[in-house]
Amino acid sequence: MKQSRREFLKISSLGIGGVTLAAPFFNWANGAIVSDETPGEDFVNRTPTYCEVCFWKCAGWVYKNDKGNIWKIIGNDEDPHCNGRLCPRGTGGLGMYYDEDRLKTPLIRKTIDGKQQFVEASWDEALDVVAKNLNKLKEKYGPECTALFTHGSGGKFFGDLLKAFGSTNITAPSFAQCRGPREVAFLATYGEIIASPERVDIRDTKCLVLIGSHIGENMHNGQVQEMSDAIDKGATIITVDPRFSTAASKSKHWLPIKPSTDIALLLAWIHEVIYNEWYDKKYVDKYCYGLDELKDHVKNFTPEWAYGITTIKPHVIRQTAKEMVNASPAVIIHPGRHVTWYGDDTQRLRAVAILNALLGSWGRRGGFYSPEKKSLPSFPHPEFPKPKKTWRDAHPGKYNLAIEVVSNGICDATIPTPDNDCSFKAWIVNGTNLITTLPDQKNTLEAIQHLEFMVVIDTMPMEITGYADVILPECTYLERYDYCRTDQNREPSIALRMPATEPKYNTKPDWWIVRQLAHKMGLDKFFKWNDIEEVLDWQLKQVGTSLEEMKKIGIKKFPREYDDLYFVEDQDIDFNTNTGKIELYSTDLEAEGFDPMPVYTPHPEPDPGFYRLNYGRHPAHTFSRTANNPNLTDLFDENVLWVNPIVAKEWDLKKGQEIWLENQDGILSTFPIKVRVTERIRHDSVYMVHGFGHDNKKLTRSYGKGASDTELISNVLVDPIMGGTGMRSNFVTFKLENPHKKEVAS
Amino acid sequence: MRYAMAVDTKKCVGCSDCVVACQTENNVPIGYCRDWVVEITHGTYPQLELEIRSERCNHCDNSPCVRCCPTGASHYSDGGIVLVTEDKCIGCGACISSCPYDARYPHPDGHVDKCTFCIHRVQKGQKPACVEVCPTKCMYFGDLDDPNSDVSKVLKKRKFKTLIPEAGTKPQLYFLI
Ligand code: SF4
Ligand code: SF4
Ligand code: SF4
Repeated sequence: MKQSRREFLKISSLGIGGVTLAAPFFNWANGAIVSDETPGEDFVNRTPTYCEVCFWKCAGWVYKNDKGNIWKIIGNDEDPHCNGRLCPRGTGGLGMYYDEDRLKTPLIRKTIDGKQQFVEASWDEALDVVAKNLNKLKEKYGPECTALFTHGSGGKFFGDLLKAFGSTNITAPSFAQCRGPREVAFLATYGEIIASPERVDIRDTKCLVLIGSHIGENMHNGQVQEMSDAIDKGATIITVDPRFSTAASKSKHWLPIKPSTDIALLLAWIHEVIYNEWYDKKYVDKYCYGLDELKDHVKNFTPEWAYGITTIKPHVIRQTAKEMVNASPAVIIHPGRHVTWYGDDTQRLRAVAILNALLGSWGRRGGFYSPEKKSLPSFPHPEFPKPKKTWRDAHPGKYNLAIEVVSNGICDATIPTPDNDCSFKAWIVNGTNLITTLPDQKNTLEAIQHLEFMVVIDTMPMEITGYADVILPECTYLERYDYCRTDQNREPSIALRMPATEPKYNTKPDWWIVRQLAHKMGLDKFFKWNDIEEVLDWQLKQVGTSLEEMKKIGIKKFPREYDDLYFVEDQDIDFNTNTGKIELYSTDLEAEGFDPMPVYTPHPEPDPGFYRLNYGRHPAHTFSRTANNPNLTDLFDENVLWVNPIVAKEWDLKKGQEIWLENQDGILSTFPIKVRVTERIRHDSVYMVHGFGHDNKKLTRSYGKGASDTELISNVLVDPIMGGTGMRSNFVTFKLENPHKKEVAS
Repeated sequence: MRYAMAVDTKKCVGCSDCVVACQTENNVPIGYCRDWVVEITHGTYPQLELEIRSERCNHCDNSPCVRCCPTGASHYSDGGIVLVTEDKCIGCGACISSCPYDARYPHPDGHVDKCTFCIHRVQKGQKPACVEVCPTKCMYFGDLDDPNSDVSKVLKKRKFKTLIPEAGTKPQLYFLI
């Protein structure tokens, strides 16, 4: 094997000046905070924030105790995203601040005596290195050869920097590794996307259909709250999942479907609804395009046909279809969120969109509402330069319907090929651990080897930092300002995040990092401000409030501009599609050469002795972002492998036994995973929570805890429509003995 | 006055928000907890049921823990809330072994600790931290002697059970089923 240019480095191998590791966390953990004092609100002060632990961005208050230490984070009662209640991750978000494994000071990769090492640096030095390298590569290859991968609020600042620099290759894995197919499918059908937080009217629904969506394990706050409201009001829940999820346990019907066959079930439901004439005739006549074609298309997709594919009995398919119809239009066939499964995901989500349209739930109470947001104008700046090329030039003719930058498209285009017009030379990576976010690790690592420069900005020593040339430690959301939250909801609102405390260690907020870089890179003219408070105050004043007011209230609601949460009776609507109608038959997909109506295609099944690898969320974690959080690892610190008892018996697996996994391509899990023998899963699949099995020793609480599903996802089924990475076509078998033993011994 | 809590097992999703909110509110050291979540699966695939319960001290009317405490540190407070006076507690652990619900733990500072129904909040008219944070709003707290309290109302409406009633402790934590 060729010596790699970019060795994975363990942080702090060479310390200069030594960073003192204060340990306030331990003091706090041991109850050293005034244990004889009754906790109460009287002696505290509070500052507003919005949570950064997931995209829901709940607004809350950070309380400090009389010692000035962060004590607790509580939801803001006025916030429509959270209604005063944070989820466990948000409540435990303070662990991000107290985590003593945080990145503490800038680090630069240097070769000393022929050995690559990370050397501690001042901010000035580190930012100089970043600015010089990016400018050098800009001169050599053009600005477009730098890409930004980002996840989280700080990304907006880096995005501005990149645009000022001359590149629009700004990507978030939340598109192509997560919700992309859903947005593209709904856009093709309704001319509008779902976006975040999801515009589903769960609180007033009479029937909620979840397909592989495990609300309650995914703690997307408003949805969890509303699912509970719906249960209170007696709504019917139907859950389609190979696993008896928490949501399945709250459901009237659990359909333990054979994985990868969801489209067949959806087509059978559509068949039932059309051929029994159960669809909302008035709605479909008025708003939809292509019913006749659809009727023809699903003619043979009977419940009996679907039974042979899905293992769901025909009478169950009929009964559940009837349940949806009875609830119509207050029914939601939920579009889900992480939907990149089998590479035909856009088509599956099209089937979801179509079924909703037939039942008339789009634009109706208890179905899908029309969200609104209050936008804040950008701080004035000269027009950003126009890039000469984008990531799309590296994929001519492909993914034309992708509405955001495809992260894996950038990763792939970083590996030079003869016909590749946009090979990337530099990556800026902010708050996303690409090693576990992108599937096919081998490919990601190869791409990284081809980079001439990579800077990683993060709060934690995630695996990706080990490959960086420069590591910049950003402070956590509790220690910084960011742009205000302006995301959609039933009522528009703006939420402020401000620092509750000084940044710990030698860490800095993203806005500061970007402002310094802009200066060093000669981009000052695009950033006509010195302090973020200036920007925020200016923005807020444009909508009739101010930074001062927002500091007191945290969240401000605005009246809706349009009184159109739901369609009104007989309203004429011009949908933003080619036909101006809800497209059951998609003219966009047809024009791009794809099936205009969803088709079921069989997917490979596991060989004997192999099981489909499914993965999901734990309510206390947001993937690897929280895997080392002291408060949250206290709740759940290690993923386990769900195995059906029949399978366990075949393999003679005992509860808690540690096993290793090997996938269809011979890839072994680095770490063992403990077995959970449970009736709650089909015998053809296994399941684990995503985000564990970290192999960076600097993550002291999560190192070697559980296994990483990502490393076993080497078979990636790319959705030809929008570039999403289908990740559920990987199969694993069990290794009862440590397959790494020999290597360890030698 | 008789404080009690009801937890709706039909709504609880077992997210542990109640646990982490209690830990931060009450400065419970990492590695310990005053409340916890129990998940029990019944049946075999695919005929399954799952019961999820957020559990804590039952603030029993007839508490073995109070009875066995040699120093009087464990005692009944307002509204029947069972409390431990930290400086009176010698950490002997008798109460820990007497509690059928395993609701107490030895605090690293040398005393025994447990759920207080967040009495410091309740006295100010607030709800316990776990009740206040729960995203599914599945917990109801209040005074059983007040027919209009959240807990009285929900117990009137719904079927419920208590845990290990045969122990005779008269628990005041109710599970809606
Ligand atoms: S849902 Fe939870 S993690 Fe996400 S923003 Fe809200 S409180 Fe934070
Ligand atoms: S916070 Fe509520 S839903 Fe979550 S485990 Fe506790 S009681 Fe259950
Ligand atoms: S649950 Fe245990 S600790 Fe609580 S009052 Fe009853 S016996 Fe005492």
